[in-house]
Amino acid sequence: MTTTVPARHTTTPAPAGAALEVAGVTKRFGAFVAVDDLTLTVPSGSFFALLGPSGCGKTTTLRMVAGLEQPTVGSISIGGRDVTGARAHQRPVNTVFQSYALFPHLTVAENVGFGLRRRRVADVAARVAEGLDLVELGHLADRRPALLSGGQQQRVALARALVNRPALLLLDEPLGALDLKLRRQMQLELKRIQTEVGLTFVHVTHDQEEAMTMADTVAVMNKGQIEQMGAPAELYEHPRTAFVANFLGRSNLVPGTVVERLDGDLLGVDVGGVRVRVPAARAVRAEGAVLVGARPEKMRLLAEGEEPAATENAVGPGTVVDVSFTGVSTQYEVRVPGLGTFGVFAQNLSGRAGAAPGDQVRLAWAVDFTFGLDGRDDAAEGVADLDLEP
Amino acid sequence: MSLAVALGEGGGPPPAASRPTRTRGHRPLLLPGLAYLALFFVAPVAVLLATSLYVPVPGGDVGQYQPALHGQNYVDALAKFWPQLVRSFGFALMATLAALAIGYPMAYAIAVRARGRRLLQGLLLVLVVAPFFTSFILRTIAWKQILADDSFVVAALHWLHLLPPGGRLTATPFAVVCGLTYNFLPFMVLPIYASLERLDPRMLEAGADLYASPFTTFRTVTLPLSMPGVVGGTLLTFIPASGDYVNSSLLGNNTNTSMIGQVIDARFFKVLDYPTAAALSVVLMVAILVLVGSYVRRSGTEELL
Repeated sequence: MTTTVPARHTTTPAPAGAALEVAGVTKRFGAFVAVDDLTLTVPSGSFFALLGPSGCGKTTTLRMVAGLEQPTVGSISIGGRDVTGARAHQRPVNTVFQSYALFPHLTVAENVGFGLRRRRVADVAARVAEGLDLVELGHLADRRPALLSGGQQQRVALARALVNRPALLLLDEPLGALDLKLRRQMQLELKRIQTEVGLTFVHVTHDQEEAMTMADTVAVMNKGQIEQMGAPAELYEHPRTAFVANFLGRSNLVPGTVVERLDGDLLGVDVGGVRVRVPAARAVRAEGAVLVGARPEKMRLLAEGEEPAATENAVGPGTVVDVSFTGVSTQYEVRVPGLGTFGVFAQNLSGRAGAAPGDQVRLAWAVDFTFGLDGRDDAAEGVADLDLEP
Repeated sequence: MSLAVALGEGGGPPPAASRPTRTRGHRPLLLPGLAYLALFFVAPVAVLLATSLYVPVPGGDVGQYQPALHGQNYVDALAKFWPQLVRSFGFALMATLAALAIGYPMAYAIAVRARGRRLLQGLLLVLVVAPFFTSFILRTIAWKQILADDSFVVAALHWLHLLPPGGRLTATPFAVVCGLTYNFLPFMVLPIYASLERLDPRMLEAGADLYASPFTTFRTVTLPLSMPGVVGGTLLTFIPASGDYVNSSLLGNNTNTSMIGQVIDARFFKVLDYPTAAALSVVLMVAILVLVGSYVRRSGTEELL
């Protein structure tokens, strides 16, 4: 799969992808505000993901960049050129549509060559062959799209956009219709192609795993606004809102109140009568109501009689209400009276069974992995199982 | 409408080859249809073919013929009536092109522009079909009034100097083609509508995304995808228009507008020249089959046949 960096690339040099700037863009549909004063910059050559639940405005944002919708307010520039008023066919942008939108009356090769023909590029046939090579579909060039599988259609759609070497490649949930295994494969494939061709990719998805796997930078969108933007690890380890903490992976969030400031820049927080410590640098606010958070894989069950280390927070005892063994890890649900239910992912290191349902256990996790959010956030926001969405 | 929809279906994938063959038990259900076809299509065509080869009874009365295999009937009929035959196809072609020019934008407006507004779409479709609520003959007679020498249309054309002094519309080829266009317009609109209705608007977005201007998108995406409708519509217009005799007799009715249908009508019912009428009918049928066959083959929508 990595043998397709042909010398042909050098004969027609691919322009480095261009940067995208969205400045103060608002889009209203009647009274509904789909995108609310959105500002973001995508650096040239990066793989950028817009992540959010359906209806959060991510697709509308993408369509405005493509020129398929016009912003109500604000401006959009690509590679330093203001394209706000330009129509879709005048923009140096190509889209891989969610439904692929392949032309059913044209062959695969004609589909891929469509954009090149419109721009009257000289060596259409060679470029089409090159594009089909890139997605390894050269042998299907003369087929009609209807005769291809979903994964193949997806790759044709990708090739059809890529051959134009757009300044910006937009991907609108391009893997949404594929089954899980194929989706994983295509994620790696897309990442490889992006590295290979060096274009700027803007990828819209509601799948947080997909966004984290592929993108250099992820912007989490909710209700028409960007909640938080950063590298995947940064977002995961340092969520700034309850929505991000819950939407990106899973978080245990417990409401509490900051009661003191301790040495070593720690905040002492009272959660249901228990004192836990939060690094001030990892807290959104240093006083009043906060949500204390920790990722399930950062937590561990304390063995009978075991005391937490000095560098750990601890809560409990609580009752184990559910145990699910996944092979790599065991996931426990522990209900702690007064605090709620905690998820704990224990890596399967020993091969021995841990706690059983009904057991009383205490939970501990490193102070360093604790984060503090604004207590006015809804602790359940972003929790819904959005992976089940279409 | 169901006919239009069925005809518009040409763009779909061919039926799966592996369709289960559970039809055995259902065959009796075909009998009424087959009997109907045998009685009202196969038998009359056989009679027509036979009649076209008859010869007059020697010394018999007018309209008396006896069975024979007189192929010369065809040569005689064509030698005498080829101008009307050619004119029929010429008029039908003009009417088809005019109906396409008028009907495609209508269908596009209803299917694409009014998309999502079900009430408006329904209303517009009813307006397209509404003329069928009155009889074909009555509507054509109404056109006779509209194009009459003392009508406001003719008066307006005179005033605008578009019609020379003393020029008229009735009894001209123009009037006949107008009538044909008008009468068969719904047959053009409905199949094209059915095709455009199924057009995925995301195709148009994909076109725009791939650097095609709106016009180019229309030429390279919309039009090819609506071809099954266009082919269906042109066939539904051209075939009945070339055999039509109502428009030419009501709106034309002189020597330079008569069409083959009129000749056949006259041969059958006025002159009682059955063999010639039958021969012309057969020629018309075969000519249409050949024309339509080559047209459909060229347009690449064989599924319609």
